Amino acid sequence: MKVKELLAHGFVAKALPDGEREIDGVYIGDLLSWVMGRAQMDNAWITIMTNMNVVAVASLTDTSCVVLAEGVDVPADVVATAEAKDVNLVVSDQPIYETAVRLAGLLSSDAA
Amino acid sequence: MSEALVFHFDVDGDNFTSAGQASTQVKKNLRQLGLSPAIIRRVSIAMYEGEINMVIHANGGTADVYVTEDHIDIVLADQGPGIENVEQAMQEGFSTATDSIRSLGFGAGMGLPNMKRYTDSLDIDTVVGEGTTITMRVNLA
Repeated sequence: MKVKELLAHGFVAKALPDGEREIDGVYIGDLLSWVMGRAQMDNAWITIMTNMNVVAVASLTDTSCVVLAEGVDVPADVVATAEAKDVNLVVSDQPIYETAVRLAGLLSSDAA
Repeated sequence: MSEALVFHFDVDGDNFTSAGQASTQVKKNLRQLGLSPAIIRRVSIAMYEGEINMVIHANGGTADVYVTEDHIDIVLADQGPGIENVEQAMQEGFSTATDSIRSLGFGAGMGLPNMKRYTDSLDIDTVVGEGTTITMRVNLA
């Protein structure tokens, strides 16, 4: 499914410079090097970290979008940088587990 | 191309917010050269980890990227404290980063292991009290 399609399912876009991007799988993690070591290209990356480095990691790791769980606040400069670096940022108001379950449901019904 | 294309960057010492500028620029440059996303991803991540290490531990340094027909070399040089025990530093989970750095999501002890994971060779030349030069190669063929 495309990143922009998440918006119809309770996810809120903070930055959507490349909404047409396809999501392939999900990775969850807050330790940035761990994410860089394990996340796959095109994964949706669920985290609660909202600092500027998240944008760099998402860009370099080539994830399809960052899903910020727990309804965390995203600083305005992080949103601006994400727009500039072509990084999609969406927020989920649910905790990480529920967010992952919801994504899993969407991805599997999309594949069916 | 017979000669290597060279990209040079100075990595700012104590700025976590701008860390990653060199690797982001390299990513852009490699994309313009038409390299595959998988190769670009490996080079960018390995270089970013190195950049972050220089910011965390060495008050910055320099990053040079050499692109030839068959490989990409990334050379990261700093005049930081050096690495006392390289074998230990290469172990996943070993870190000397402070709590404030950990609160940013770094310091997981995965930096050097990731640099090794994503490159075809990793060479660490370090002298305690003088600095560290890391040379990584990603083969294109």
